[in-house]
Amino acid sequence: MSAPDNILRPVRKNTGKLRLVHHKNTAESETVKMPAPSKVVIPMLQHIGRPCSPIVKPGDRVAVGTKIGDSSEPNSVPVHSSVSGTVSKITTIRHSNGNTCEAVVIESDGLMTEDIFLSPVKVETAEDLVNAARESGLVGLGGAGFPTHSKLDIPKGKAVDTLIINGAECEPYITSDYRECMEHPEDILQGTNLVKSVLNIKRAIIAIEDNKPKAIKYLKQVSYELHLDKEIEIMKLDSRYPQGAEKVLIYSVTGRKLPINQLPSDIGCLVMNISTVSNLYRYIKTGMPLVSRRITVEGDCINKPMNVEVPIGALIRDVAEFCGGYKSEPGKILMGGPMMGVAQISDEAPVIKQNNAILILSIEAGTLPPATPCIRCGRCVEICPVYLMPVAIETAMRNPDREKLLSLGANYCIECGCCAYVCPARRPLVQVMRQAKERSIKS
Amino acid sequence: MGKLIVNYSPHILHTDTTQGIMLDVIIALVPVSAFGIALFGPYVAAVIAVCIVAAVLSEYLFCKIAKQPNTISNLSAVVTGLLLALNLPPTFPLWMAAIGSAFAIIVVKQMFGGIGQNFANPAITARIMLTVSFPEAMTAWREPFAWLNKTADTVTTATPLSGGDFTPMRLILGQHGGCIGETCAIAIIIGGIYLLIRKVINPIIPFTYIATVGILAVAFGENPFIWIFTGGLLIGAFFMATDYVTSPTTRKGQLVFALGCGIITALIRKFGSYPEGVSFSILLMNILVPHINSLTKNKPFAWEKANHGKKN
Repeated sequence: MSAPDNILRPVRKNTGKLRLVHHKNTAESETVKMPAPSKVVIPMLQHIGRPCSPIVKPGDRVAVGTKIGDSSEPNSVPVHSSVSGTVSKITTIRHSNGNTCEAVVIESDGLMTEDIFLSPVKVETAEDLVNAARESGLVGLGGAGFPTHSKLDIPKGKAVDTLIINGAECEPYITSDYRECMEHPEDILQGTNLVKSVLNIKRAIIAIEDNKPKAIKYLKQVSYELHLDKEIEIMKLDSRYPQGAEKVLIYSVTGRKLPINQLPSDIGCLVMNISTVSNLYRYIKTGMPLVSRRITVEGDCINKPMNVEVPIGALIRDVAEFCGGYKSEPGKILMGGPMMGVAQISDEAPVIKQNNAILILSIEAGTLPPATPCIRCGRCVEICPVYLMPVAIETAMRNPDREKLLSLGANYCIECGCCAYVCPARRPLVQVMRQAKERSIKS
Repeated sequence: MGKLIVNYSPHILHTDTTQGIMLDVIIALVPVSAFGIALFGPYVAAVIAVCIVAAVLSEYLFCKIAKQPNTISNLSAVVTGLLLALNLPPTFPLWMAAIGSAFAIIVVKQMFGGIGQNFANPAITARIMLTVSFPEAMTAWREPFAWLNKTADTVTTATPLSGGDFTPMRLILGQHGGCIGETCAIAIIIGGIYLLIRKVINPIIPFTYIATVGILAVAFGENPFIWIFTGGLLIGAFFMATDYVTSPTTRKGQLVFALGCGIITALIRKFGSYPEGVSFSILLMNILVPHINSLTKNKPFAWEKANHGKKN
């Protein structure tokens, strides 16, 4: 029996207009589990919010899933050991995003013994779900790292009627979420259904870009087999960057506009990444918190591009080693995709929860041409998915004035990179936009 | 491990460059130039060559003397020189053409900061400067194909805008007097379509401009066909008014700009003492671009509900 093919279409045209070459070369590369590296460096801050404090000390024995950092702050997410072994030191490291933070270094014993206290979790009420999400250590796995439990903790008086599962994966090269669809469709669907029913949300929509037709078809098929096709709708999005950006996605899926300084729950939406919801379900099923994640390792300078399940805290160097090593001296290493990824200063940075890709680029591929004078062609204005005028904001930044920048909406920028991508003068517009954004927010 | 390259995202770029865009404009002007040479003879090729060489040389020397990085490789000086040449009469003296090119590059462009900084279109402004300075040379029109007939070498003719009887076919094929690049409507339209297909320009400015002039011609009781297909309107609408630097950046702004160009052109043609108004109208609207830009700002996405500027 085949599944009915009632696939939803977006209710509004994508405000993102950029056509990118997708380079989803690793789409059919099945996830390979990376064995425990000799050491992992687990940062205490892997989410948006307050950092955790280590609750272990050097010399302590830990197992896979043992909690090693926590905080009493409401918007922080505990961190867990991703290997079994001994805590060797607690140190300050440079994070992949450039900031410094505390980290627990664990020497692995190579056994990957699981913590014996882990057990399946019972979730019946909304409170159970929020607690479970917090204990699972989950953050938004799409890249932002927003604490999942804060998202699920919908304040009283706010009615959420639409759960959007973000499977857009609009950045080139990355296939991590796609592999989640192909390898764990049940977890995605059961997790989505659980969140929907426990939080009493009317609709649940899994939204996927149309460059992944197999994933759309497969999820539809499995939802039919699990008798969840009445509960969960599946939407085929246009493959235009940045379709997966929260504001853009909500608008495409529901037609609602997310105002600045507001959360999706203010306009009745809850948006979760497809891998987040899947991992949440696995935590509830097994009790194993988020200790590893799938990463797409790609680029012209890595020997074996592939999808790898990496223990959180593994160093980029070790992950690259597992993928056959560098082809030649790498010129640039990115955490994330080519449009929004962060260039690393070395390959010593650890993988954190929200990393979905590591790109290893050669010097040629990593070197951008120098900026030339702006010719005011207006392509940045045409392409901006939130309708800003980067050309005007860049001019305003010559003599920055907060009121002027606010009147141009500089604080609305989502840093998607479309403007800089299309700029024929190769101007580093995202950098300028980000400075303008900071200037306009801070007085 | 050596030092890694660190820069802000994005880490991939579109293949279009300033140089590529300028090259597209040059390609789009090839048919117009070729028709110009065919209609008015080999001397026209010399005018075009002198204009381009003078423009590039001016930019090169200016950058050298001002100790600025050399920008001639972006090809914008070639475009300026070529456009100016196409806006000159076929018999224009070469030394005057060279002065025009140098004026366009040095005074109108480089003195304001070079590419991207000029407030007026260099070619248009240079054409106006030449019209004012050398009125006779700038109105010495020639009968098409006169160069093939040696005895008729000195024949001058009027542009259809000054009156006369012209069939539509003659107008479209450019068989009438006018500037080197103004006469052959077909060649200009081919170039314009090329730019539209290559997405170098968008249709708002040329179509609005041409439509406005056409409608006003009817309103003023003139022949819209003559108004659209003669004079500098087509080349102005497709190649001069669409200059990025001197036209607005938003679609709304471009609409206002093109409407303004159309209205001023029609008013000059109907009531002015010059038979042609395209250059003046584009220059006047160029000057208004900063104001148009600030009055036609885009509203950011979800702006209405935002309480911007009050907190944070």
